[in-house]
Amino acid sequence: MHLGLSIRNLQKSYAVGKPVLRGISLELGANEVVAIIGPSGTGKSTLIRCINRLVQPSSGEIWFQGQELVGLGRKPLREMRRQIGMVFQEYNLVERLTVMENVLSGRLGYMSAWSAWLRRYRQEDIDLAFTLLDQVGLTGFEHQRADSLSGGQRQRVGIARAVMQHPKLLLADEPTSSLDPKTSVEVMQILVDMGKRLQIPIVINMHDVVLAQRFASRIIGMSEGAVVYDGAPSGLTQQILQSIYGGEEWLH
Amino acid sequence: MAPLAFERKPLVWLGWAIGLAYLLFAAAQLDITWARFILGLDNGAKFLGRMFPPAILQPDSMARGLLESLEISILASFLGVVLALPIGIFGARNLMPSWVTLPIRGLVAVCRSFHPVIVAIIFVKAVGFGAMAGILTLTVASIGFIGKLFTEAIEEISPKQVEAVRATGAPFVSLLTYGVFPQVMSRFVGFASYQVDSNLRNSTMVGIVGAGGIGGTLFSAFQRYDYDFVCAIVLAIVAMIMVGETGARWVRKILGVDARGSDD
Repeated sequence: MHLGLSIRNLQKSYAVGKPVLRGISLELGANEVVAIIGPSGTGKSTLIRCINRLVQPSSGEIWFQGQELVGLGRKPLREMRRQIGMVFQEYNLVERLTVMENVLSGRLGYMSAWSAWLRRYRQEDIDLAFTLLDQVGLTGFEHQRADSLSGGQRQRVGIARAVMQHPKLLLADEPTSSLDPKTSVEVMQILVDMGKRLQIPIVINMHDVVLAQRFASRIIGMSEGAVVYDGAPSGLTQQILQSIYGGEEWLH
Repeated sequence: MAPLAFERKPLVWLGWAIGLAYLLFAAAQLDITWARFILGLDNGAKFLGRMFPPAILQPDSMARGLLESLEISILASFLGVVLALPIGIFGARNLMPSWVTLPIRGLVAVCRSFHPVIVAIIFVKAVGFGAMAGILTLTVASIGFIGKLFTEAIEEISPKQVEAVRATGAPFVSLLTYGVFPQVMSRFVGFASYQVDSNLRNSTMVGIVGAGGIGGTLFSAFQRYDYDFVCAIVLAIVAMIMVGETGARWVRKILGVDARGSDD
């Protein structure tokens, strides 16, 4: 069984005749850190959302853990989603819940709505939540409400929430685009460390080419809904960057 | 010709002219004249004169009426809040498919389309005189008010927080309790406290058509021309509503929600 992620001829169009993804095919290994780079509006976000079906693909196949995801029904889809952690550009924490509630919400896919509502989490989940808060540098923040945190702190909570799911795959949609450069590096480091510790692949959408080269083991360049580069970070030449982003003035 | 700094809008002027013409027409039609007004003032002065000093002619009946009004409003608010919560959720177009939202929105629209007095008359005919009719009336009003505003509050929530909860594989009910409710609960409490307020006010009125409460006592005092007792009842109602409003304000303050129900 192929344990990685396999995307075959994935297509998505929101409006008829305007495809956002034009037949993407990718194979991801078990422990890769893959950065997807490309200009805004090129379908990076759509691609990553197709993987956990926050966006429904128009056609194509996505294989993960020996299962095809595009055709999954409601219940198997939920069971698949809980194995895929996701980190968002604007953190997407539930603002009025505490840090601890946000982190533990990573367990929602594994428990009944009743237990979740009564906050009856298993002790080992609570222990893990404290450990994760420790690992992302937020010890002592558990009772603070999410809306009292800074951007960097929120994204750390977002990462802890995703890891709380015991994911087999981490998706990150522009995880650092709303953060300052220093915090961006710190957050990327935490994200990549988590992936290493769990030995799972990470797929990250990014704008920042330099940051992508620094942290990713593989770079996928997208332009107008298609993959135009797929290879090592060191292989990104100026010519390739031009083919991804167009123009050249910005390179100098 | 010099260029115009402001566009001429003849249609707007025509609209105003038609509106003014209708006002004059309606006043003439209903015989609203100065002489008629003076005549009315004269009558009003006599009426006011007979109201003072206020007198509590039937203390038992008044106390019973006030307590019944209070009970009607509290029970109706409770029922209304309990029913408006699911109705508000099922009416939200960002959570439910249209075959669910359309009938629910229709129901809420029906609840809102009639004044409580009309609803009260219908319930008095349906279930007979007394507090039951009043409770049902105000429950309908509460569903209409809270249901509509709660639906709107849900439709304004941030989809990002919901998306994140969905991405964890949470079942639908957990999606509601973690992704949706935290964003709208304080507003819901705000709406409910206003409805308690409003129900208290309306509970004094439904008695006029026989649906229980102080309104019945008030109406029979009018019928007997006991204007001093009328005055006493009116003052008691004012006092009760002021206490109710203060109470509702306290609740909102303790829960940290303001008029719009936001707690930021």
